[in-house]
Amino acid sequence: MAAESVRFELVSPEKLLLAVDAEMVVVPGEAGDFGVLPGHSPLISTIRNGVIEVTVNGAVTERIFVAGGFAEVANDKLTVLAEEATPVSKLDRAKVEQALKDAREDFDDAKDDHAKARANAQVEKYTAMLEAAA
Amino acid sequence: MPSLKSLRVRINSVKSTQKITKAMKMVAASKLRRAQEAAEAARPYAERMASIMASLSAAQTGSDTAPRLMIGTGKDQVHLLIVATAERGLCGAFNSSIVKLARRKIEELTAAGKTVKILCVGKKGRDQLRRDHASKIADTVDLSKVKKVGFAEAQEIADRVLAMFEAGEFDVAHVFYNNFKSVISQIPTVQQLIPAMVAGDAVNAGPDLKGAIYEFEPDEETILDQLLPRNLSMQVYRALLENAASEQGARMSAMDNATRNAGEMIKKLTTVYNRSRQAQITKELIEIISGAEAV
Repeated sequence: MAAESVRFELVSPEKLLLAVDAEMVVVPGEAGDFGVLPGHSPLISTIRNGVIEVTVNGAVTERIFVAGGFAEVANDKLTVLAEEATPVSKLDRAKVEQALKDAREDFDDAKDDHAKARANAQVEKYTAMLEAAA
Repeated sequence: MPSLKSLRVRINSVKSTQKITKAMKMVAASKLRRAQEAAEAARPYAERMASIMASLSAAQTGSDTAPRLMIGTGKDQVHLLIVATAERGLCGAFNSSIVKLARRKIEELTAAGKTVKILCVGKKGRDQLRRDHASKIADTVDLSKVKKVGFAEAQEIADRVLAMFEAGEFDVAHVFYNNFKSVISQIPTVQQLIPAMVAGDAVNAGPDLKGAIYEFEPDEETILDQLLPRNLSMQVYRALLENAASEQGARMSAMDNATRNAGEMIKKLTTVYNRSRQAQITKELIEIISGAEAV
């Protein structure tokens, strides 16, 4: 029973961001990008900072930047839980650069390990965002 | 007998109070709608997360290597109570009912010889708890500048809780909030955050895999390690959202009652006012008539 398409849902804690039927969705998994096609075996994976690509009718229709989260594949359905998601087209290079600069400063100012780890996560996030925006 | 003038002033003052309470009720009603929408919008994420949690914990139960957030520290000596209340008053028994529940728990725990620490979210709860449990309040989160609670606030609270947990400052965490049932009924609720509780019904909510089993990438433990802190933020977020909706609901019904009371008061005062006005007219008439007869 191979369905024609994968049901892709992108959810953030605040709302359901996107729900589409796609041919293929490429997800930036922790252990490497993976493409989800119809008939994919059940999988739960963590996601690193990166871009999700949704392919409908042979063309990439959506490119969305996500800052970490989880992906679950089951029964031709892909659910991505992300706390932060921004369409790549809406990323503003200048703003991201500024945010990255601020994050780096925070990292240098961080006093304890906890603050340092947090600032580092921010730096990584904005670096990935900048890459995506390029 | 109060004078006619003082009655008139009184009626007018009650009338303006009624205008205020009526306006507050309308504001609460529109805010309630928004809060309810926010709570609805958060549901898909919470549901999916619960189902992933369920699939993972099924694979993990009984394992010694399960993360501490899930199995706890093995002790239950120090309890952290996160008491989420509103920033403002004038919302009926909303704040007091949460505080009452928290107090009962505090007494129970202290009687059992446990140490209690309190994390207050919202000004009203802190003010009430400060009276007799001031020494137990470990921290306070001020949300008075936040117009609409978002996930960022919840995450901040969760981060603080996690930092405390990692520093070994407590063993068990509970959150207190009002569960929104309807406009007239909000139920004060306690929920255990650490060790994480996996809802029993969520186990059945996971998708039917038709005999297949999940692959985990990179592996179960890494995923759980990342999932649990997020789950904590989500639980806090949910509590805050429920609270926001409950607060507006409670305020709405409190203000509705106040408006009705003011209406009744105006009615009563108007009757008294009319009676005394008539009595005065009658008195004046009698005076005139008896004066005329005497001539």
